[in-house]
Amino acid sequence: MSSSKRSTVIVEQLRKQQMLEALSRGKRLDGRDFESYRTFEIEVGIIDKASGSAKVKLGNTEVIAGVKVETGEPFEGLENKGALIMSAEVLPTASPHVEPGPPDEDAIELSRVVDRGVRGSEMLDLDKLVLIPGKIVYTVFVDCSIINSDGNLLDATSYAVVAALLTSKFPIYEIKDEQVVDTGKTMPPPITTMPISITAVRIGESVLLDPTTEEEACMDARITMTTQSDGNIVAVQKGFTGPFSVNQVVQFSEIARIKGEEMRSKIKELN
Amino acid sequence: MYNLKELALMDENGKRSDGRGIDELRSIKITVGVVKNADGSAYIEFGKNKIIVAVYGPREVHPKHMALPDRCVLRCRYHMSPFSTDTRKNPAPSRREVEISKVMRESLEPSLILSDYPRAVIDVFVEVLQADGGSRCAGINAASVALADAGINMRDLVSACAAGRLSDNIVLDINDLEDKEGDADMPVAYLPNLEQVTLLQLDGKVTTAQFSECLEKAISGCKSVYEIQKEALMKKYFGNEMELKEEA
Repeated sequence: MSSSKRSTVIVEQLRKQQMLEALSRGKRLDGRDFESYRTFEIEVGIIDKASGSAKVKLGNTEVIAGVKVETGEPFEGLENKGALIMSAEVLPTASPHVEPGPPDEDAIELSRVVDRGVRGSEMLDLDKLVLIPGKIVYTVFVDCSIINSDGNLLDATSYAVVAALLTSKFPIYEIKDEQVVDTGKTMPPPITTMPISITAVRIGESVLLDPTTEEEACMDARITMTTQSDGNIVAVQKGFTGPFSVNQVVQFSEIARIKGEEMRSKIKELN
Repeated sequence: MYNLKELALMDENGKRSDGRGIDELRSIKITVGVVKNADGSAYIEFGKNKIIVAVYGPREVHPKHMALPDRCVLRCRYHMSPFSTDTRKNPAPSRREVEISKVMRESLEPSLILSDYPRAVIDVFVEVLQADGGSRCAGINAASVALADAGINMRDLVSACAAGRLSDNIVLDINDLEDKEGDADMPVAYLPNLEQVTLLQLDGKVTTAQFSECLEKAISGCKSVYEIQKEALMKKYFGNEMELKEEA
């Protein structure tokens, strides 16, 4: 059951007025213009025990993604495809408002939207991750830990996942006498494209990219759009209680494509 | 994974599987103040262990009935990221993690002056990003530094280190392989100035003489860790310690 809730982050009335006043002048409280992202840092290969890993810092938001590759049974209805399983946990380290426990609806939405970008774009060619059709396939786990949260977890997590997958080395498994054997060798993952998400919030009539926690606390609505390398849209999620006008959505789809390409070239440099 | 016949935990020159001598610690690096939103935080690399600790508090207790009238509640959560181990770990807390959270809390509690913060709570969140044997000790070391970073009133730091037995040898700071294939593992946490033991566990078999040797060795390890903890705190709050020494 999902119920409407009070924002856990409460921005003081004075601060909110300050924000609205700045937005009316085309500026944000941290000095950015509406279409700028915060400083973006990325580090890959930080967890030796994972097949791939990445740490992304987007402003003060910090996310680690780790890839683990095992073997298992395929999903029902997808007998001839490798299995991809994604999870995200907002760690209680991330902010004073996070309670330890199983992922809440926000964390589940987060991992599902990121998952849709990777799955929808077919970033990983799952057809190439089959050992015995219908019986044994590669199982790829991508798990994300949000270490510090300062808004726009969606994009930070999406970039961490893409970077971790892109730079990962999958173990090569073989079937000998109907048993799975780890050959000890590795291969690059079967990557076909790079899904990149772009997120914006609407506060009044202003649409801002890459919102901070403070901006998210004042938002009327949120939208995330993921494009793949050829510019096609592969996942969309409109979030929060307010609406967007049709015009705003169409305009945003163009921004998501252009900004997405910028971000993609930054992450591509890693490989 | 390992071929037991080929496995030598210690060679004829007294070198261990990772090249260390019997009294040698793995390399330790501590950084203070790594989580922006937290009141105190620390990151530790202890061998291949990579652990992040964030402290929130003292703050209001939720749910309210948990509050204690005369002192602060200490809560501790030890958790391993799914990608931290050789085979993926289920993100739901295991019984092992629940036990470690408990002994970790109990090892930290004697170092804190909790009566200074009645009706409040201090939360310690320990996240293991990569595990390599001895993660509870590494976690305690980082947690104590993070508590100091949060400005909590303390009697002492808590320093932790394990010792163990590999056949007839008592060795310092058991690693992952030695933990799995060795004969005993004994993690110890210690208040270096008050000379008190706050965590003591043993998994394996030792004679009483070996027990004493193990304890003595672990405590000597704790004392070495203590110096690194102090240095990390000095580095955040007083800049480079070397500069300070030069001035003195």
